[in-house]
Amino acid sequence: MAKKRMIQAINETLDSEMAKDPKIVLFGEDVEISLFGDTVGLKDRHGAHRVRNMPISETVMSGMAVGAAAAGYKVVCHMMFGNFMYTGFDSIANQASKLRYMTAGQISLPIVYMSVFGGGRSAAAQHSDAMHPMFMNLGGIKVALPATPADAAGLLRASIHDPNPVVFLQAAGRGGESGDVPDGEVIFELGKASTVHDGDDITMVAIGAMVRPALRAAKQLAEDGIGVDLIDPRTMVPLDTDAILSSVRRTGRLVVVDEARDLCSAASHVAAVCADQCFEALKAPIKRVTVPDVAIPYSPPLEKALLPNEGSISATVRDLLKKPAGAEA
Amino acid sequence: MTSSGADTNFSNEQMLGFYRDMLRIRRVEEQLGKDSLAGNLPGAVHLYIGQEAVGVGICSQLRDDDWIASNHRGHGHFLAKGGDTRLLVAEVYGRRTGICRGHGGSMHVADFSKGIIGANGIVGAGISITTGAAWAAQLDGNGAVGVAFFGDGAANQGVLCEALNVSTLWKLPVIFVCENNGFSEFSPYSTVTSGSIADRAKPYGAAHETIDGNDLIEVWQCAARAIKRARDGEGPTLIEARTYRHSGHVVGEHTFLSGTYRSEEEVEQKKAGDPIPAFAKRILEAGQASQADLDRIDAEITAEVAEAVAFAEESPYPDPADQGAGYMFA
Ligand SMILES: Cc1ncc(C[n+]2csc(CCOP(=O)(O)OP(=O)(O)O)c2C)c(N)n1
Repeated sequence: MAKKRMIQAINETLDSEMAKDPKIVLFGEDVEISLFGDTVGLKDRHGAHRVRNMPISETVMSGMAVGAAAAGYKVVCHMMFGNFMYTGFDSIANQASKLRYMTAGQISLPIVYMSVFGGGRSAAAQHSDAMHPMFMNLGGIKVALPATPADAAGLLRASIHDPNPVVFLQAAGRGGESGDVPDGEVIFELGKASTVHDGDDITMVAIGAMVRPALRAAKQLAEDGIGVDLIDPRTMVPLDTDAILSSVRRTGRLVVVDEARDLCSAASHVAAVCADQCFEALKAPIKRVTVPDVAIPYSPPLEKALLPNEGSISATVRDLLKKPAGAEA
Repeated sequence: MTSSGADTNFSNEQMLGFYRDMLRIRRVEEQLGKDSLAGNLPGAVHLYIGQEAVGVGICSQLRDDDWIASNHRGHGHFLAKGGDTRLLVAEVYGRRTGICRGHGGSMHVADFSKGIIGANGIVGAGISITTGAAWAAQLDGNGAVGVAFFGDGAANQGVLCEALNVSTLWKLPVIFVCENNGFSEFSPYSTVTSGSIADRAKPYGAAHETIDGNDLIEVWQCAARAIKRARDGEGPTLIEARTYRHSGHVVGEHTFLSGTYRSEEEVEQKKAGDPIPAFAKRILEAGQASQADLDRIDAEITAEVAEAVAFAEESPYPDPADQGAGYMFA
């Protein structure tokens, strides 16, 4: 176990995987010098032919990933900011996610589309989206959202090993955060949630960067005798519905914290699954703590007011516990 | 940069091979056109009739480990690269025995075992995929190349510029083949496209040629130069093959279009440039085969197509229970 920053955990994982498997290639804009630091030094260690700077050409880049993967490579396509995946969306949405299905399984496409995502850094509306719900809806793409350096290492390794396209979204600004990373080649199965905090009164599902404020809220609520069972799904596709359902069956209450805008958020999906599959266990309505349906603003007070935080999360929990199902009937 | 066929001597066998490959595409497309009009095919069908010399002239020089990606008008490329007639027809019929077991249909016929990344429903999409496959080929160092077939309409997608830039910069073994058939769906070339398409390679410093896409030998020679360039590590070539789309954009368009976008006279006049009779004439005049030889090939191809249709018709539709997760994720 060692303390590492998330960016370091990602960098080391890329490095060790590339050292082991010569079929792994990595490309993207400025990956050689590395804007975020996650790909720094990789070119020197693994060669200019395997680590390549791309022109600012997201449309061709996301499609090249498909072609290189179809031709036998394991491709890490670094798209920089998640919002730029919109620019290169066609090949992700129309090709990577569908080619295997359309050809009746003739090929698999081992691609990791990685980028930072989410707000909190005054990056404004075009650099701050949480676009994971859009990828979830494509069908043929796995979606990984690490919340800690350990998860970043374990999920990235699993994403690289996975024969399918995976969108790997690292929370913007979280690269500098440090946490314990187990020694050796840590790998976390895609589709396995982790329980971050135990409790019996309410289930909280927090996604990606929301795990941290959710955990702070859970600790604070624990001081008041409110037990939060905090689950980090770690991947939204595949989603560990068993872990979520079994917790909700135990606690009877669910709050989902998601940095996506509310409309069709990932939280909406989690809520729907629980309403559908464990309605009888619910003692209260399911609540979503999400971002209002507006663009992310620049000025810090404006942005801060929109993103879920420890205060809004715990307020939602307290509110919910005051209102058990049927209390108003 | 055109040249006559005089400097290339093909054996009688090779010439008849080209003829057979073009005729196979023609007869398959005629059949599928009829089937579509008769309502026997579930989806839209875009015919390659009139453009056969392009697909055959290029694919006849490719190996199984060379990659091609094509577009919505992709049956011809599939067959030219060695795709199986029966598996193609069964796929377009939506049957379980099709090359994609009925999951892809006309616009998605693909056979990765033969380097056919496949047809594509997204105009221009094959350009980036082929560029990536060519990158893989470069990394493999095995001399394989990637060929993207697309239309003049697709040339207006920005991805062509992106691909020309990066492939020239990286010297990727890729060939961009624009089949300029005069139309972008129902829009004549001049109404949606400025300048010449081949010229779009110029600012990137990429090799480019404009050729008569109805002349198989000219296509073959140009492709040979481009393939050599690619295999020698000299980077991409943009080929603009001028040809003509004999059929409509999609079979049955007359049933829903409110107007016309080309005149009967134009079509008739352009059909005079049909690559297949011209090639037959060339073979006969050079004394490389007799009319009887050509007729025999036609009979064989006609039988092959009939057999493929029978195979498709006898094949069951896919079982809905067979679809889903198994193909979504590996
Ligand atoms: C991205 C995209 N835009 C539009 C279409 C609709 N569409 C299908 S084929 C076509 C025309 C393509 O023309 P061209 O590339 O010249 O190919 P051709 O049909 O002439 O072979 C259009 C507009 C599409 N399939 N994909």
